[in-house]
Amino acid sequence: MKYWRTPYDLDKIEVPKGKVHIIKDRCKGCGFCVEFCPRDVLEMSEEFNSKGYHPPRVKNPENCVNCGLCEMICPEFAIWSTAKGEKEGKGGQQVPRGNKG
Amino acid sequence: MTVLKAVKSRVKHPMDNLLRMDRIPHIWCPGCGIGIAVSAFAAALDKAKIDLDKVAIVSGIGCTGRVAGYVKIDSFHTTHGRAIAFATGIKLGNPEIKVVVFSGDGDLISIGGNHFIHAARRNMDMLVICVNNFIYAMTGGQVAPTTPLKAYATTSPFGCVEPPFNIPYIADSSGAVYVARWTALHVRRLTNSLVEALNKRGFSVVEVISPCAMYYSRINRLGDGLDMMKFYHDNAEIKHGEDTKNLDIGFQTKIIVGKFVDRERPSYLESYNRWLSEMKDGTP
Repeated sequence: MKYWRTPYDLDKIEVPKGKVHIIKDRCKGCGFCVEFCPRDVLEMSEEFNSKGYHPPRVKNPENCVNCGLCEMICPEFAIWSTAKGEKEGKGGQQVPRGNKG
Repeated sequence: MTVLKAVKSRVKHPMDNLLRMDRIPHIWCPGCGIGIAVSAFAAALDKAKIDLDKVAIVSGIGCTGRVAGYVKIDSFHTTHGRAIAFATGIKLGNPEIKVVVFSGDGDLISIGGNHFIHAARRNMDMLVICVNNFIYAMTGGQVAPTTPLKAYATTSPFGCVEPPFNIPYIADSSGAVYVARWTALHVRRLTNSLVEALNKRGFSVVEVISPCAMYYSRINRLGDGLDMMKFYHDNAEIKHGEDTKNLDIGFQTKIIVGKFVDRERPSYLESYNRWLSEMKDGTP
């Protein structure tokens, strides 16, 4: 990461790392996640999904900081991110939202 | 098939528990902002820590009217424009339930306009989420009461001549206690606003400006949903506490967003119960 000035607590604060998950077949190719990702992690892929749209693809996986904007801005519930340090025993899932099963 | 594959690979989106997965993928077009409003609402329900058995969601007819079918909480899809009337019934029948009306501008402001102003006047305890896409999208792009002046629609081939409604101004002047407006791009602020509105007692209105990629922007040659989102990015201005008179939206002009009204007024049930107890005390 590039800083315009070195923060005093740079050695104390750990920049979170995230992993992006994409359900390709839900995507309708609107491109919101690719355009508005603040860390430029995603790009549109050339491949087609089962509906005939181009889903996004992870371009720079090391840039993801698990901000979760892609999850919020996706109208199709097709993309989300998880923290990389989390245990991946449950398939890398986040704690599901909602208290009803 | 999509759902089957997702189930097979056991990949689950964090919001899948709040959605009726047998109905996903939804019918909304690529580039539509209603899905974003639903995400924000689901995130807000989670953040506000509300018991999902105590929430009911009511929607009317139209693109946004489909929301009730996709959210996995008690929901009802009412007739055109009557979402607020139905929600009033739920609230009076069981005051413990937090009622949310999720509908579009054509449903809430034109056909249900009268219900909207009277529910605001009575200060019925409910949250109204109005997704405004400036047009009747599901029926083929007719002029809505929110279509900006000079904008084209299928029923205004020479441009709209009727001045549009300013939704925060109607809500404010009719007596709503919480009024905010955000675009589909401001997801975080929209979520926080919805959390605040869910915890508010009284008639709260949150307007969500959403791109309509297939009708509004196609007829007006504004590009697709992504271009509309870029337009919001460049032209939305956050002004909290702005006088609601100044919130008119013109054709491709600046959009003022923010939280405009946050005040306290006794809700309908509170004033009704106080009136009842005064009557019982024998002071006519």
